[in-house]
Amino acid sequence: MANNAKVREPLIHISKRDTVPLKFSIIVRTIAIVSALLLCALLASFTTKGGFFGFFVELFSGLFGTPRRIWNLLQALAILLGISLAVTPAFKMKFWNIGAEGQTLIAGLACAACMKFLGGTMPEFVLILISLIASVIAGAVWAVIPAIFKAFWNTNETLFTLMMNYVAMNLVRYFVFAWVPNGSAVVGVIPHGHLPALFGQQYLINIISVAFLTAFVYVYLKESKHGYELTVVGESENTARYIGINVKKVVIRTMILSGILCGVVGFLLVAGTAFTINDAIVGGRGFTAILVSWLGKFNPLYMILTALLTVSLQQGANQIATVNRMPGAFADLIVGIVFFFIIACEFFLKYKVKIRTKHAQNDSNVNKEVKA
Amino acid sequence: MKKVFAVILAITLVATCAFALAACQPTDEFKIGFICLHDTNSTYDANFINAAYEVQEALGLEDSQVIVKTGIEESEACYDAAADLVDQGCDIVFADSFGHEDYMIQAAQEFPEVEFCHATGTKAHTAGLDNYHNAFAAIYQGRFLAGVAAGLKLNEMIENGDITEDEAHIGYVGAFTYAEVISGYTSFYLGVKYVCPTVTMDVQFTGSWYDEVAERTAALNLIQNQDCVLISQHADSMGAPSACEENNVPNVSYNGSTVAACPNTFIISSRINWAPYYTYIIECVQNGRAIDTDWCGTLSNGSVELSAVNTTAAAEGTQAYLDDVKADLIAGDLHVFDCSTFTVGGNTLTSYLADVDTDAEFTPDTQVITSGVFYESVERSAPYFDLRIDGITLLNEKY
Repeated sequence: MANNAKVREPLIHISKRDTVPLKFSIIVRTIAIVSALLLCALLASFTTKGGFFGFFVELFSGLFGTPRRIWNLLQALAILLGISLAVTPAFKMKFWNIGAEGQTLIAGLACAACMKFLGGTMPEFVLILISLIASVIAGAVWAVIPAIFKAFWNTNETLFTLMMNYVAMNLVRYFVFAWVPNGSAVVGVIPHGHLPALFGQQYLINIISVAFLTAFVYVYLKESKHGYELTVVGESENTARYIGINVKKVVIRTMILSGILCGVVGFLLVAGTAFTINDAIVGGRGFTAILVSWLGKFNPLYMILTALLTVSLQQGANQIATVNRMPGAFADLIVGIVFFFIIACEFFLKYKVKIRTKHAQNDSNVNKEVKA
Repeated sequence: MKKVFAVILAITLVATCAFALAACQPTDEFKIGFICLHDTNSTYDANFINAAYEVQEALGLEDSQVIVKTGIEESEACYDAAADLVDQGCDIVFADSFGHEDYMIQAAQEFPEVEFCHATGTKAHTAGLDNYHNAFAAIYQGRFLAGVAAGLKLNEMIENGDITEDEAHIGYVGAFTYAEVISGYTSFYLGVKYVCPTVTMDVQFTGSWYDEVAERTAALNLIQNQDCVLISQHADSMGAPSACEENNVPNVSYNGSTVAACPNTFIISSRINWAPYYTYIIECVQNGRAIDTDWCGTLSNGSVELSAVNTTAAAEGTQAYLDDVKADLIAGDLHVFDCSTFTVGGNTLTSYLADVDTDAEFTPDTQVITSGVFYESVERSAPYFDLRIDGITLLNEKY
């Protein structure tokens, strides 16, 4: 018996699952989201006038209450998805680029500079084209600097890209002060170089552009040689080297692509959306994009869903907060709870948790005895 | 197949119900919407939001008639929020931050049947829109009075022998080197100087309207390295007041009383009370009257307000003294920016062109000094006093 006591199984036993059937994973994730929302509604029933059901009514109204809210939702989706697409190729390569915030911001700055200083001196469509090129170059430069350092001197890309965010932010502040002599630090709407509204919808070009980007990144990752190479580099650099892939080249090339994509989004944000520049214009979406990309398993199609979930929660929860006169933190709380549940359910999809039962213990004892 | 059909049917039902719920609100009800840059954690926004709720109660409006959107950035988010408020049936949309202005004008052009009112803006008088309005208050008078209270405190410290006359050196934490801030700290300084002639002041800017860490650091720098014996601020977090409380340095606050957090050091606070303006625009719309293009609140109509004096920190007799000075200001016997009380680069000013009409190059366009007085908030409500007067040192002009 003493021998048996020594080999007793731990109370909780965690083991990795093999593959999980698609249907099972969908069910688990749905349960996670639904139960998170139920918990949020329960929270709302204590803190809001609308109570438990009011939570869902306002959430729904915040998303689909008017045609404008649906457009705003799609616009928010487009921008967040665009930045998420930008970080994805690098993540797939296991290059932890958390600099999308800065890359998008610096691209927006380049775009705003073109609009401000070239506006009125040339036809609008030429200005738009130049703004786009400038944005793309700025985004690419901001992304390639940490890539070069990583490729040649093996610097830590996470810290490097993070710091580049702050450099970009302070550059934006600097130029905003420099451009506005009255000291208010408000650039205001720049009158030239706006993307046109299609069918009366200012955000339609943004939405269509990001739809194209999604298809492009999907094909690039799944079908192209580049996509294959960066996946191999991500799996194992040694294997990549062994089969003749130039790792440095792939790292730099992939980060240039990331920067270009951020550049496009920065352009859409300034020329197609806000028509101004300030240091809050990306608003943390460069960081939220990391979450969207991870939860979407670096698959652009899944990322549409994760990005949609994120922006829906934000927009819907803001409506609930507004109706109930709660501070902005309420929306953050709702988003936080839902993501907590989703991340927790990812754990249960990857690992099996077994709690020792009397039955299992007896079983293992039997096995031991047989072996002995 | 049946299952799929059932699910689709259920979703359609829910959607119809939700739309029906949204549609069944009466449309003839008066509504006002507010767009705020931050929520009530910012003293600046809290001042707007609390006034909105006060007016709601005073006028007997329902919660659904007063919609407050917080955390609205100075970008297309402001236009989207304004348009959404119009969709919800608002008759008036009000925005509280300077950077909201262009997006409010955009919305005003698109929805001519709705009134758009904007605090701190400068473009209404040149925009040529009937439904776009600016508003501000002669807050420089309130700051002057707060300055007088600070000056009395300095005098008390001099009398007690805590400091000498030459050590009457105070600090000010400002957001940006912008007319609204410059006008604010200058009027505060002139108020202090009105009772304590030897005072000098350092101003440190944070480059942000709301940055608790930067405001705190700036206040600590002024206290510890610049030997400032009293601090005031024009930035919107609790950074500076709480730094003062920790170091037992008297503080003159802004946007409302901070006595709860700083019981030992808070002297007085000036603020713009927005309730009179809200009441005015609501009554205008309900009675079909036109709203002023550019409205400026004053001491006499209750827009410029001083908090209660905290007797623990303030000098004795402060309230009585302030009442006298306030009466002089209202009567017009005393002018805050009386050119005989300050010099610029050693010279007394006799004329000055201010940038009143906003254009791309910010060209000065309007004479604002008549008979030796700089008339602030007269040509337009938003401040335009942007002179650097002697006695005030800007520690970091870059903002």
